[in-house]
Amino acid sequence: MATFKEFRNNVKPNWCPGCGDFSVQAAIQRAAANVGLEPESLAVISGIGCSGRISGYINAYGLHGIHGRALPIAQGVKLANRELTVIASGGDGDGFAIGMGHTVHAIRRNLDITYIVMDNQIYGLTKGQTSPRSAEGFKTKSTPEGSIESTLSPLEIAMSAGATFVAQSFSTDLKQLTLLIEEGLKHKGFSLINVFSPCVTFNKVNTYDWFKENIVNLEQFPDYDPTNRIAAMNKIMETNGMLTGLIYQNKERKSYEDLVVGFQEKGLANQDLTLSPEHFDKLVAEFK
Amino acid sequence: MISQLSWKIGGQQGEGVESTDRIFSTALNRLGYYLYGYRHFSSRIKGGHTNNKIRISTHPIRAISDDLDILVAFDQESIDLNAHELRAGGVVVADAKFNPVLPEGINARLFPVPITSIAEDLGTSLMKNMVASGASWALLGLPLDVFNKAVEEEFGRKGAAIVEKNVEAVKRGADFVLELAGGPIEEFQLDPADGKQKLFMIGNEGIGLGAVAGGCRLMSAYPITPASEIMEYLIKKLPPLGGTVVQTEDEIAAVTMAIGANYAGVRTMTASAGPGLALMMEAIGLAGMTETPLVIVNTQRGGPSTGLPTKQEQSDLNAMVYGTHGEIPKIVIAPASIEDCFYDTIEAFNLAEQYQVPVIIMTDLQLSLGKQSCEALVLDEIAINRGKLVRELPELETHQLFKRYELTEDGVSPRVIPGDKGGLHHVTGVEHDETGRPSENSVNRQKMMDKRLTKLNGMYIRDAVRVDAPHESADILVIGMGSTGGTIDEARTRLEKDGLKTNHITIRQIHPFPTDLVKSYMDNAKKVVILENNATAQLAAQVKLHVGQAEKISSVLKYDGNPFLPSDVYKACKELS
Ligand SMILES: Cc1ncc(C[n+]2csc(CCOP(=O)(O)OP(=O)(O)O)c2C)c(N)n1
Ligand code: SF4
Repeated sequence: MATFKEFRNNVKPNWCPGCGDFSVQAAIQRAAANVGLEPESLAVISGIGCSGRISGYINAYGLHGIHGRALPIAQGVKLANRELTVIASGGDGDGFAIGMGHTVHAIRRNLDITYIVMDNQIYGLTKGQTSPRSAEGFKTKSTPEGSIESTLSPLEIAMSAGATFVAQSFSTDLKQLTLLIEEGLKHKGFSLINVFSPCVTFNKVNTYDWFKENIVNLEQFPDYDPTNRIAAMNKIMETNGMLTGLIYQNKERKSYEDLVVGFQEKGLANQDLTLSPEHFDKLVAEFK
Repeated sequence: MISQLSWKIGGQQGEGVESTDRIFSTALNRLGYYLYGYRHFSSRIKGGHTNNKIRISTHPIRAISDDLDILVAFDQESIDLNAHELRAGGVVVADAKFNPVLPEGINARLFPVPITSIAEDLGTSLMKNMVASGASWALLGLPLDVFNKAVEEEFGRKGAAIVEKNVEAVKRGADFVLELAGGPIEEFQLDPADGKQKLFMIGNEGIGLGAVAGGCRLMSAYPITPASEIMEYLIKKLPPLGGTVVQTEDEIAAVTMAIGANYAGVRTMTASAGPGLALMMEAIGLAGMTETPLVIVNTQRGGPSTGLPTKQEQSDLNAMVYGTHGEIPKIVIAPASIEDCFYDTIEAFNLAEQYQVPVIIMTDLQLSLGKQSCEALVLDEIAINRGKLVRELPELETHQLFKRYELTEDGVSPRVIPGDKGGLHHVTGVEHDETGRPSENSVNRQKMMDKRLTKLNGMYIRDAVRVDAPHESADILVIGMGSTGGTIDEARTRLEKDGLKTNHITIRQIHPFPTDLVKSYMDNAKKVVILENNATAQLAAQVKLHVGQAEKISSVLKYDGNPFLPSDVYKACKELS
């Protein structure tokens, strides 16, 4: 069994010192080892942004695609080979702005993918413009007078789109984050893990200290039941989306792969794809 | 006795025009006739004039005819809009219900048949299609048992009573019209067909069948005219083979999902038309940059924007050849027949894997949706070739990565798929080194660009140019692509009769352009006519760019939404000569 070190490679991330994304990288590596994966059995598909570089910093198969499209690519990988463990990841702009349509539909589709968003409430790679996650009034290079659009709540959207696994964490809480990623990897279906991952360079408002002050850890509520959808929705709204922990999980609903008629346990990529002459003749006969 | 005949049925959309055509033509196919169909429809579901035209022949045909022998009309509008196509002595079978009249100056015979009331007498006006096709069949004097067998197959599942009613509807339609016409019409008696069973399908079905035969097991797509039939066919055929079709939220998801699945080792396609192709452009660049195989079908329709969504056009050529930013290798191939749709799709999957590039199969609406006879298809004529895909690999050292982008002589690197031991590497749309790691090194950059861009040097598909060129030196060389080949063939026959030495080539490999092949035929022609369904002569621009000889070239363009007729081509060539 691989240790977390085997998920490390010798590439030095080009993130700024102190960037929240370092811990997300470490948490993924630990979680992968803890659930018993091998580097070859994991594919990390990422979008474009500072955070999107993450697939290049993990020793596993990985594809760094185009902005906003990590999820459809990841779903294609999973459909082609369901024996693989597939992680999709990227920033809040990647997943909740340009890629929002895919996020909602990936949630509805419920393929067995773990989606980890590094949410820094700003665009890092393009050097500091507003994101759908930015607070109203938040001043950025593209909103010098402060953002006048309402803040998007990915957790509420995920819940209303029928998500079967919704969690949130904070990058400094490596223990919780690792555990949630493990749960996400084990979950049979689509799991969304939104991670507050501060951008130390361009976001001077939503800093480490700010998050520490504002975050509510679900551990504070011993009676909280993550299988209760209404309670989950209430808690998200009560805390203005600032809660961390496993917010919701539905273990009943089957994953997409289990619902596709004719889909086998063996990955398609490992099946023999030749068509028998008899089968071909049958197909041709329909056109006579 | 005649060797070919044209039949058309018109009515309101949703009124049974399609089903009348289907039953009538299926029965004709059983007799072994060659058929070529054309659907005129609009982008609404109920209402609006629609018509289907079929050409029936004892020998292969691949074009609609200039004129019409029999028109079946469910309403007066169908007569008013189509009677001008009737040749002198043609026949109109019309529903007596609307008191049909022939427009002035039309020299045809009108047979009012109480189509609706016969159907209603038998229980439902839905059976209009049976009455109408029965009447048509009777006028041709063809054996009724073959027709009844087709009816039985169509309705057998619904029980004997339904079959019986439909057979009765056919009979009453036939009896009524024979009474009016005094028996089958002599000039409409077709020579017997060769009796050989042909296949009868639309181009989109040929593509679907080719995909299944070519090992495609996944498709991701978003519905659009005229591409949807491909996904609708594959969603029925892939699950028994372990695969599936995903209807995605948009074409960007469709193409990127296909890229992900191809990266993971399964032959996967997507299909769309112009609007969807436009959305796919960025992702096509990703496939080019990451050297991921990808097959896209673009069924062209009238553009720009929503344009003429249900009409014929060939105006996406530039978008396919030049689309996506930056510079990538890409293959664009243009099937020109139903058989091509089948074989080219298998070949497209091979090319995509052999060269590790995106391959676009371009069709046009007439090829995608026109139902045609098709020769027997051979499963293993094109063997599946997965190129440099390797599945058994030696172990890697710690921190060693597989050289997925190894610089090789032919520019194509060995390819592995995720899951396999010994193959770890990175994939990124950022410029990268041999292991896939991002790199901005200028030496590496140039090497990698050259590697990708020279992969296709000297590549020719099977029949890159299809040739019908009997003359060593020709007065006219006609060049076309896509569905226009059959039309040009017919015009060519007429031109030859007039003493014009006419050669004809169909360019099937649009990109990279098969310059030498095209040039060799142009060199031997006094004049070159390039025929295309667009307004800006996009194919001619390619020819001029790659071959030159601009002074010889004239374009014949049609962009009114309709396919070329043989007479369009004939006239244009005559004017030039
Ligand atoms: C189609 C397209 N549009 C715009 C860009 C430029 N771009 C790159 S990353 C990015 C946003 C980055 O923000 P986020 O996704 O939140 O990631 P972060 O850098 O903050 O981790 C943008 C707009 C692009 N690469 N592609
Ligand atoms: S700019 Fe912000 S998000 Fe990007 S690496 Fe630096 S700290 Fe991280």
